[in-house]
Amino acid sequence: MRVSLFITCFNDTIFPRTGQAVVRLLERLGHEVEFPEEQTCCGQMHYNTGYQREAIPLVRHFVEVFRDAEVVVSPSASCVGMVRHLYPIALELADDPALAEEVARLIPRVFELSEFLINKLGIEDVGAYYPHRVTYHPTCHSLRMLRVGDAPLRLLKAVRGIDLVELPRAEECCGFGGTFAIKNADTSMAMLGDKVHCILDTRAEVCVSADNSCLMHIGGALHRQRAGVGVIHLAEILASTEAETA
Amino acid sequence: MGMQLPIVPFPEAAKLALANTQLRRNIGKATQTIRAKRAKVVDELPDWEALREAGRTIKERMLRHIDKYLVEFEASVQLAGGVVHWARDADEANRIVAEIAHRHGTREVVKVKSMATEEIGLNAALAAEGIEATETDLAELIIQLAGDRSSHILVPAIHKNRAEIRALFARRMGLDHLTDEPKALAGAARAFLRRKFLSVPVAVSGANFGVAETGTVCVVESEGNGRMCLTLPKVLITIMGIEKLLPKWQDLEVFMQLLPRSATGERMNPYTTFWTGVTAGDGPREFHLILLDNGRTRVLADPMGRQTLACIRCSACLNICPVYERTGGHAYGSVYPGPIGAILTPLLLGVENAESLPYASSLCGACYDVCPVKINIPEVLIHLRGEVVRHKQDHPGPRDLPSGESLVMKQMARVFESRKLYEWAQRLGRLGQTPLVRRGFIERLPGPLAGWTTMRDAYPVAPQTFREWWRNRP
Repeated sequence: MRVSLFITCFNDTIFPRTGQAVVRLLERLGHEVEFPEEQTCCGQMHYNTGYQREAIPLVRHFVEVFRDAEVVVSPSASCVGMVRHLYPIALELADDPALAEEVARLIPRVFELSEFLINKLGIEDVGAYYPHRVTYHPTCHSLRMLRVGDAPLRLLKAVRGIDLVELPRAEECCGFGGTFAIKNADTSMAMLGDKVHCILDTRAEVCVSADNSCLMHIGGALHRQRAGVGVIHLAEILASTEAETA
Repeated sequence: MGMQLPIVPFPEAAKLALANTQLRRNIGKATQTIRAKRAKVVDELPDWEALREAGRTIKERMLRHIDKYLVEFEASVQLAGGVVHWARDADEANRIVAEIAHRHGTREVVKVKSMATEEIGLNAALAAEGIEATETDLAELIIQLAGDRSSHILVPAIHKNRAEIRALFARRMGLDHLTDEPKALAGAARAFLRRKFLSVPVAVSGANFGVAETGTVCVVESEGNGRMCLTLPKVLITIMGIEKLLPKWQDLEVFMQLLPRSATGERMNPYTTFWTGVTAGDGPREFHLILLDNGRTRVLADPMGRQTLACIRCSACLNICPVYERTGGHAYGSVYPGPIGAILTPLLLGVENAESLPYASSLCGACYDVCPVKINIPEVLIHLRGEVVRHKQDHPGPRDLPSGESLVMKQMARVFESRKLYEWAQRLGRLGQTPLVRRGFIERLPGPLAGWTTMRDAYPVAPQTFREWWRNRP
């Protein structure tokens, strides 16, 4: 399959390793990956903060970049959620029926990575090897917006060498919430404090998730506390192999 | 008079609440207990999703034809011997209650817990007329005796523990030897309230449901104090928001399953009172129904916001909310706290009067999943955030400059519209952060981003972005 990678702006800028892992993984599975370099940001931050008129040109830009793709795959549940669930609502402000129609045609071809592997390709075992104690944090948007269910867990369970431990109160929000983390910093940190506590209780070496946005929040706190526990994107675990480790 | 406006913005009020460790303990413990109870009794129903869908559909049908159902309801109530009053706003509703009380020459009324009377500030309005209103719901009584404010729709005193309540009763009821056993506390309240029920001639209630077809009104409660209020006094005045209507008697079948399981985690509600007008020799001799608008028709006019009027005030969204769990209800500065309050309050009052509330959520979506009438709270929150920003952009005050946030957002949108500007911004960010990065992290961010690094380190722009790596790939 010819996969167009939607890297997302913060993965591109801050977490390039995640994008590199997606490329490695999909090529290993025999797919062709292309990266349309015109892509920038899906507009989620603007839209969810209330700058909705400002988000419309970004919706248009996204459609122009990806309109001809066979499938679009992204290592971000949150940004895929924006495209799938909020683009149609956002466009009610735009009064542009042609664009709305293009969005409706594009949406069924846009996938978050774990959905793509499990639902579209039907693979659980991607041939990964990761000999570490890992706990999985299901992000709110993967869980309650995209409804990926246990897709990430099924992928993780098939990884060789992994010691997967259950995270207590896993389904509770970590407190990131985009600009919420800044506008309501105190509440966000109270939520984060409890999430970090739960992660430390598992004695895991790393916390894995399908969204680097939440991980940058959780990982930032773990690093500040010198907890000795890291964070890692799902794609990076799935891309790891015995050959690399050795 | 009327519904209070949130005076302190949510982030500031939340900061105070978060610093109160006793409050956080009380609320955290209580919400987690109710949450678990709810999950248990909801999971045991195989048709829960179908019930939710039915609840939503019934409410939608009612709202679509509310003009017709309200008139039908009025006729049904009148036919059964009730008197129907229409109140455009809080002032009108309060005036009607005061007039009825004056007509009966009473300086005292008893009340069964009601969100609508909280919303219109009835107690204060009556006090201004020389009429004292006594709350008879145990938790409301606690709040009233303490001179406090409710912090939860269903469990108004959720922020208080037994020891705090014992001290309050001992002081206000003159009971020096009271213990903090729940039985002793309930006994003290019972003795206090029985005297009121038997002597006060006028009662005021809210309503959980009104049935257009039959003119029946329903109050759902769990103590029996409500039942006393609704049946013992000579005169009963019910204040009902117009959205509480149901078209048919049979619709109650759905809501009597949805409400108790969502609210208190019970399979069946303990005290459910239905009455239709007046019945000779049984219950009140005079029944007044006040149909309250107070902003509801304005909400109805908002295509995205109107789903909020389906709310049955169960508070499942409060109990599941990770924000509410940590800040409690007072931080919302509104009669309706939690996720539902964060949308209902700005919808009823106008976003310009409750600007910070649509932002008091991480948009985690847990509230939508538990809502028994499937109100998509995150979707409405985002819609209202748009209203807040558009209102600010379209109504700049005479000396208003665009806010820093607005400037930054507009600039960033321009950057994201062009690949060239975006890549330039990546390079600029990498250059600009150089003095801040230590061992791969930023420990202190400047300006408006400083909030990020009070407890978290920040990740810097990567030495090589993904697109730079892609271009240089062999």
